[in-house]
Amino acid sequence: MNDPRPHPRGGLGARKKERIDSLARAGARRDDAPDTEVASAGTVDDRAGVSLVASAWRRLRRNVVFLAGATIVVLFVILALVAPLVAPHDPSAGLLLSQVRQQTNPIPGPQPGFPLGGDQAGRDLLSRLLVGSRQTLYVGVFATLGGLIGGLTLGTLAGAFGGWIDSLVMRVVDVMLSIPSLLMAFSIAAIAARPSQWTVILAIAIVQVPIFARLLRGSMLAQRHSDHVLAARALGVKPAPIVFRHMLPNALGPVIVQATLVVATAIIDAAALSFLGLGNPDDRVPEWGQMLGAAQTYLAGYPHLAFYPAACIIVVALGFTLMGESLREALDPKSRR
Amino acid sequence: MSTAASPPDRRHPTAPADGPAVHDPAAAGRSDATGPLLSVRNLTVRFRRQGEEDFVAVDDVSFDVRAGQTVGLVGESGCGKSVTSLAIMGLLPKRGNTVTGRVDFEGIDLLSLSPRQLRDRRGRDIAMIFQDPLSSLNPVVPIGVQVSEVIERHVGLSRAKARPQARELLSKVGIPDPDRRLSEYPHQLSGGMRQRALIAMALACRPRLLIADEPTTALDVTIQAQILALLKELVQDSGTALVMITHDLGVVAGLCDRVNVLYGGRIVERADRHELFATPRHPYTNGLLASIPRLDAPRGQRLSPVPGSVADNIPWDHACAFAPRCDRPVAACREVTPELVTDEAAPSAPGGLPRALRCHHPVEPGQESR
Ligand SMILES: Nc1ncnc2c1ncn2[C@@H]1O[C@H](COP(=O)(O)OP(=O)(O)O)[C@@H](O)[C@H]1O
Ligand SMILES: [Mg+2]
Repeated sequence: MNDPRPHPRGGLGARKKERIDSLARAGARRDDAPDTEVASAGTVDDRAGVSLVASAWRRLRRNVVFLAGATIVVLFVILALVAPLVAPHDPSAGLLLSQVRQQTNPIPGPQPGFPLGGDQAGRDLLSRLLVGSRQTLYVGVFATLGGLIGGLTLGTLAGAFGGWIDSLVMRVVDVMLSIPSLLMAFSIAAIAARPSQWTVILAIAIVQVPIFARLLRGSMLAQRHSDHVLAARALGVKPAPIVFRHMLPNALGPVIVQATLVVATAIIDAAALSFLGLGNPDDRVPEWGQMLGAAQTYLAGYPHLAFYPAACIIVVALGFTLMGESLREALDPKSRR
Repeated sequence: MSTAASPPDRRHPTAPADGPAVHDPAAAGRSDATGPLLSVRNLTVRFRRQGEEDFVAVDDVSFDVRAGQTVGLVGESGCGKSVTSLAIMGLLPKRGNTVTGRVDFEGIDLLSLSPRQLRDRRGRDIAMIFQDPLSSLNPVVPIGVQVSEVIERHVGLSRAKARPQARELLSKVGIPDPDRRLSEYPHQLSGGMRQRALIAMALACRPRLLIADEPTTALDVTIQAQILALLKELVQDSGTALVMITHDLGVVAGLCDRVNVLYGGRIVERADRHELFATPRHPYTNGLLASIPRLDAPRGQRLSPVPGSVADNIPWDHACAFAPRCDRPVAACREVTPELVTDEAAPSAPGGLPRALRCHHPVEPGQESR
């Protein structure tokens, strides 16, 4: 039951689980790495050690992939924060509505003051794209946070107590993992009586919960068998501080890395939900996925309408993925130094 | 479980005879000034293995530690030293093993205590330090907080009140600039400093017993000597009893009053330090002694480690586990399990305790291979 290895049972979730567990192990191995360092360092043992974070940062600073990802992410976040200020027009005002002709000219083209033209409701496309970044950031951040909170709670419960609590939590998590995540998000979002941006966020958060839970549980178990936890127990430290001071902070590494990657999936999933009309039905607040969905009707004649939001989604998701993956590599002790 | 109500040990008539209290069955249940501080009796630890027979990592081990005494537990890697100490501390995994025998600490059997009662004693009455100082410290918590934690836990002081004590402890274990070190993280300290910090944590509440499990193995040679000197000084000053676990008889020579030599989970020889070094009786002890580098050895003389490895061990039932590696085996060694008996033939210091030996064909005094 305490075995952190993937279940022998195959099935839909098996590959997903294996990946999560390998992530957890990668994070846990940091305990063994300094071991060999001390032993092999011999006479130079008395120099100050190099912390994992410091050495990871040293390598990340020169890592092109990481820098590219981080640049995209930072630009995106800044843009999302200042978008309403830099957007040339009000994204919800139909300024070009007078040019929209249902049969002959449904989409107003580029013109002075409107470099990308308007959409089917005569609203400035550029402004909508810029301000749309906000919703994307909200979804990415809040869905990830929600998933983190749920996953941390379950994972801590399972990893700290072990025994039947662990078994129970992990069976629930396994069931959740065996359902394809997008399908589950669709189902949850579809149940909502009044769909909104928040139901999308909730749906995606719930989908992320089992991933975080399994990941944290794995690295908590590794912590439970670590030397410093044994040493703390040898000093009579009580269970609560053992869990929250000695295990949890050391188990968070792989979870934080995963969180970066989850932002990317959350953005894509949110776009997919909006695209399928499960998001906020009110299209006055621009959202990339919803814009993409609306562009379907005009795809033959006006592909740019779909291209811009799609490109935005891809670039931002790519930024988070690049950053997350290189973080994970840098924090993996196997690739240390 | 409890064997102490009956006379010490039927199978090994003299085996546990490490202190006077042992022959008095009633003494095991009370804590009097003359009784041992720690009395381990017939401690046996079995690990369950899937589809195989249980693995007996510690087999019927008995020894005593008296207040202020330093007792060595010596043997090569895998002979059960760490498992013995973890069993005493109650730190073995909850599942997958069975521990039998008695571990009386000040007259109370630790094995019969609830986890909570045991937790209250750990760090306060009995403390332990481990082999690898880096991995024994929490990497994300400053040293000061880790030292204060023990004081907060057992003395009930607040973090702020415990901090000056933590500072004092660090300077007592020879960490220079303790104020700065308090707020540093383990990776910022050298290996020697880390082990000093761990010693400070272990001795923070003035425990009566300290178990040191190969405390210098992960350190470089010059640091090793410093740490051993520090340990010796601290336990002498505070009257703390010390169980020194090591694979290195050299460590024992400078530190221990009494030595238990372990092989394959069992004690094979027990003696006062001087007698053990003067007249090793078990061929294994003899081999270990011969492998210590000596300053007075003729130049160019090769060190002779005990040949073979633990992998050559044969089970103790119907044989001596050491027989395949022994340089003086006789037929009985592969047919009869040797018992741990009082060693009458070996000279014993006047007034000293009887030596014990588990061997069919012990090294005769004067025949030591050196
Ligand atoms: N948790 C465990 N489960 C199974 N076997 C164990 C466990 N811990 C130790 N052992 C076995 O017990 C034996 C003694 O180990 P140990 O006490 O660590 O040796 P050492 O004398 O080097 O400290 C070894 O053979 C080891 O493989
Ligand atoms: Mg050991």
